[in-house]
Amino acid sequence: MTDPLLSIRGLRKSFGEIEVLKDVDLDVGRGEVVTVIGPSGSGKTTLLRCVNFLESYDAGSIRIDGEEVGFSAPGQRRNERTLARMRAETGMVFQSFNLFPHLTAAENIMLGLRKVRRKSRDEARAIAETWLDRVGLAHKADSLPAELSGGQQQRVGIARAVAMEPKVLLLDEITSALDPELVGEVLEVVRALAAEGMTMLMVTHEIAFARDASSRIVFMADGRIAAEGEPRELLANADDYPRLAAFLARFRASYF
Amino acid sequence: MGYDLNFAVVWRNFDKMWGGLLLSLELAVISIAIGVLIGLVLALAHVSGGRWLRGVIAAYVETIRNVPLILLVYLVFYGLPQAVDIRYDAATSFVVTLSVYSGAYLVEVFRAGLEAIPKGQIDAGKALGLTPWQRFTSVRLPAMIRIILPALSNTFISLFKDTSVASVIAVPELTWGAQWINLNTFRIVEAYLIATAMYLVTGYLLLFLLRLLERRFRVGRHA
Ligand SMILES: Nc1ncnc2c1ncn2[C@@H]1O[C@H](COP(=O)(O)OP(=O)(O)OP(=O)(O)O)[C@@H](O)[C@H]1O
Ligand SMILES: [Mg+2]
Repeated sequence: MTDPLLSIRGLRKSFGEIEVLKDVDLDVGRGEVVTVIGPSGSGKTTLLRCVNFLESYDAGSIRIDGEEVGFSAPGQRRNERTLARMRAETGMVFQSFNLFPHLTAAENIMLGLRKVRRKSRDEARAIAETWLDRVGLAHKADSLPAELSGGQQQRVGIARAVAMEPKVLLLDEITSALDPELVGEVLEVVRALAAEGMTMLMVTHEIAFARDASSRIVFMADGRIAAEGEPRELLANADDYPRLAAFLARFRASYF
Repeated sequence: MGYDLNFAVVWRNFDKMWGGLLLSLELAVISIAIGVLIGLVLALAHVSGGRWLRGVIAAYVETIRNVPLILLVYLVFYGLPQAVDIRYDAATSFVVTLSVYSGAYLVEVFRAGLEAIPKGQIDAGKALGLTPWQRFTSVRLPAMIRIILPALSNTFISLFKDTSVASVIAVPELTWGAQWINLNTFRIVEAYLIATAMYLVTGYLLLFLLRLLERRFRVGRHA
């Protein structure tokens, strides 16, 4: 692998007394799709939130394109403006969508384009419409989030993140809050992005999707990476890793 | 009842009441504008500041809310010029008082609104790369306004009615106008009936304007 786009080394993070990330190392190469799976509370969300510094971390480093995300020097937290600039390099899609309720679908996408990317109103609108079209929602451009289904809201959420042209897209259980019949339409959008070479780090419980769409699966348990590998290989050899095998037992039916 | 209603006398002096109403509105608008500024700044300081700052703000809010407005009006108009070397006319003194008074109520409204914003929305703003100021103007402020507008309408109407207290230091607002007519013509019922009607109509108009604002911010279209 050439220089990884995202490089995490020795990452540690505690909430109070509880250490949630214990020395995590992880690389994500350009165009790679890495899926993180693992039991509840194993630190998956926290890991993703550290990557765009929604959470600070206690030790270790996170570099995107060689640049340290949250700190200018060890223990030296970057100022808010620089943090904002760094965060613009990553996109994030949330489990609960987190669309801005007072803005229409198009306006949700335009906000970052205008304020962060400094696009003109017309330019931002054109980009928003292109992306809404890509996620199959051209006809919903002027709808408010409240007027959209969960699956539609999440597709706007994805469009809002990728329209910013981030270097890495972070997706945290983006289908968990959806009714089962709406999951497919959202995963389809992610699959298309993956095929186009978008670099992604995602957390999901959709094991079959992880197997088909990702280049690598990382299994986290208790704040550590307990196993990782090429999806089919890892799933086939799961019995070599007791905790992974136990975790997967719950999903057997869904991915075999 | 041996009292004959005679509105003609009141109509002859109606300029006192009309001018009074305009002054009431002016007092309310200026005081509320300053109060909104105080409220916003202190609410932000409260949610992002340390324990010490929070204590000071809480003390301000509690003090003001536990003292009757009329007492504050007397204190600022009669008391303050004795204590320190300042002079102001009654209307200015009242605006100062009502601003500080409304600020204390508005801090609470704004603070509750800021604290009720779902954390996920702020995370979404951060994740896009918005700076703290951009997050405030584009995410938190509109979200807060949506949450508090109904409560804000009540506070604004209530503060508008509070301008009547200015009559006790002879600021010629609406209630003072009614008193003037009463004292000079003895048409007490007519004067106060008309003043009541004028407060009522103005209150409804304000409410209507605030409803327009609620539509502008798409309040209620989120469920
Ligand atoms: N803000 C916080 N304050 C305190 N503890 C937290 C906070 N966020 C997460 N934790 C704790 O950190 C641990 C890891 O949480 P995290 O959300 O990263 O797990 P996860 O792997 O994403 O779980 P899930 O599959 O349920 O989403 C948990 O024990 C959780 O309770
Ligand atoms: Mg999680």
